[in-house]
Amino acid sequence: MKQRSVVNTLFLVPVVFTFVMIIIVPFSLGIYYSLTDWNGVSPIINFVGFKNFSKLSSAPDFIHSFMITIGYTVINVILVNVVSFILSLIVTSKVKFRNFYRAGFFVPYLIGGIVLGYIWQFILNNILVSLGTAYSIEFLRVSFLSKPESVIWAMSAVNTWQFAGYIMLIYVAAIQSIPKSLMEAASVDGAGFVRNVFHILIPMMANAFTISLFLTLTYSFKQFDMNLTLTNGGPATRFMELPVKASQLLAMNIFDTATANKMAEAQAKAVVLFVVLVVVALIQVSINKKKEVEM
Amino acid sequence: MRKNTLSLKRRAPMLMLEALTIFLFIIFMIPFAMVVLNSAKTSREIIVNAVALPENWGQLGNNISRIFNNPTVDYLGAFGDSVIITVVSLLVIVTFSSMAAWVLVRNERKLWSILIFMVFVAAMVIPFQVLMYPLVRWLRILGNVIHLRLLGTVGGIVFAYLGFGSSLSIFIFHGFIKNIPYELEEAATIDGCSHPRIFFSIVFPLLKPIIVTVMILNGIWIWNDYLLPYLVLGSNGAVQTLPVAVTAFAGAYLKQWDLILTSTLLAIVPVIILYLFAQRYIIKGMVEGSIK
Repeated sequence: MKQRSVVNTLFLVPVVFTFVMIIIVPFSLGIYYSLTDWNGVSPIINFVGFKNFSKLSSAPDFIHSFMITIGYTVINVILVNVVSFILSLIVTSKVKFRNFYRAGFFVPYLIGGIVLGYIWQFILNNILVSLGTAYSIEFLRVSFLSKPESVIWAMSAVNTWQFAGYIMLIYVAAIQSIPKSLMEAASVDGAGFVRNVFHILIPMMANAFTISLFLTLTYSFKQFDMNLTLTNGGPATRFMELPVKASQLLAMNIFDTATANKMAEAQAKAVVLFVVLVVVALIQVSINKKKEVEM
Repeated sequence: MRKNTLSLKRRAPMLMLEALTIFLFIIFMIPFAMVVLNSAKTSREIIVNAVALPENWGQLGNNISRIFNNPTVDYLGAFGDSVIITVVSLLVIVTFSSMAAWVLVRNERKLWSILIFMVFVAAMVIPFQVLMYPLVRWLRILGNVIHLRLLGTVGGIVFAYLGFGSSLSIFIFHGFIKNIPYELEEAATIDGCSHPRIFFSIVFPLLKPIIVTVMILNGIWIWNDYLLPYLVLGSNGAVQTLPVAVTAFAGAYLKQWDLILTSTLLAIVPVIILYLFAQRYIIKGMVEGSIK
């Protein structure tokens, strides 16, 4: 018995020790630094209370980033889930080579945000623009990335291209777990394809929708890599009568703040991001709990 | 006659679906085609016409060798570092997380086990942004205290990846080990099998399918990760991962698309090759990892 508890401890120590060193300590420091005047240079760090947080409520760049991140997240959640649902219907239909297509649609997910950001920057800034010039297509002549009103949409389109194949896999798994006899019985009763989808498929897939919704929601809210290499926050625009970056999402705003050596302010912004994610997670947990009760 | 029209009527929606699928597939693949096409062009050719076929496919080789011989970036070195960091991190994550998860499951009713598990799961909510800058500062301090360099070294970043990867991995292993019958281990105990041996020779081999899942989820993340290596290894350090190298390269050769696109092509190709071989496992792993 004694040997057993020694082994238990030995088995737990590597991960628990690492976890404390890498997550717990830096996380606690992170919360604490948001209440200080840490600037990354001076070795002396003073406690300042909630000063950094009260500054945020009147910082145009932060409010702007927060708002466009919400907008981007809403667009993304809808776009990604609609496209991936359509893809999942296609690859579970009787289309020829469906397994090949399924594998193909997933490929963009394997390419990291950094690399695909460059690729799409080239496509949006060069290919589409040169097509617009060559064939006199007016709305393509100026890159979608250089117009403040379209840049968020362009980013969502790129994100959908990357993410749809992954969410598609979740929907495919859900569709395949629905007994075939159910759909067949409905078809025999004269239900068309569309009615089948809306009355049987979608209600039976409720669980997969919850998973995908929260996956895309939290992912969009934390978006950084693609933002960095696709737009780097640009183009410039104005908000509350001050210049801001039109596509600087929240994570990039934190990054840029820290790069400007305003470390404590960046920490305060990051804590706000953390609180938002906690709220989202709590909502998700409570929805899942409700479902368990219903079942 | 009647049969014919009927079958055509029936087939029309199917044909439309086939056409839609091909259309969508082409849209999904166009970006890759554009990367390949323009990686085989000179800078001038790209400016003249970015959509045309390259004049000479041999230019692809030229562009690749220009990147391999480029002094600003050690591309092959970064590739090697990425492979080492990913593989070692995966081995460490799989070994230590499965060990911990097994102990946690077999003491499921004890308070300490519940608490540890809950903290690991709850930590998944923490966004990287809250702790990334304190982490760098902390690793510097910690490294000074124990006289080990953690910043800028493979060991330091593997240590960090074990920390960041352990939550999800323990969660997935925990769910899987729960369903392994305890009787198996009891029988081994009666036979005089020691506790560690029970894990390594009985439980661990049973984990094979879930190990694949854990490796794929963590592997895709670590291979493509940017911020952690950028902060821990630095943008121009001796050790460098592929995403950081691509960014450093693109930053140095602003708008020189012949070189930038070739560098992205070189970053994509190894992943695609791996995917061609392990496609079945990767898709299965992704689905299992996200549903759990």
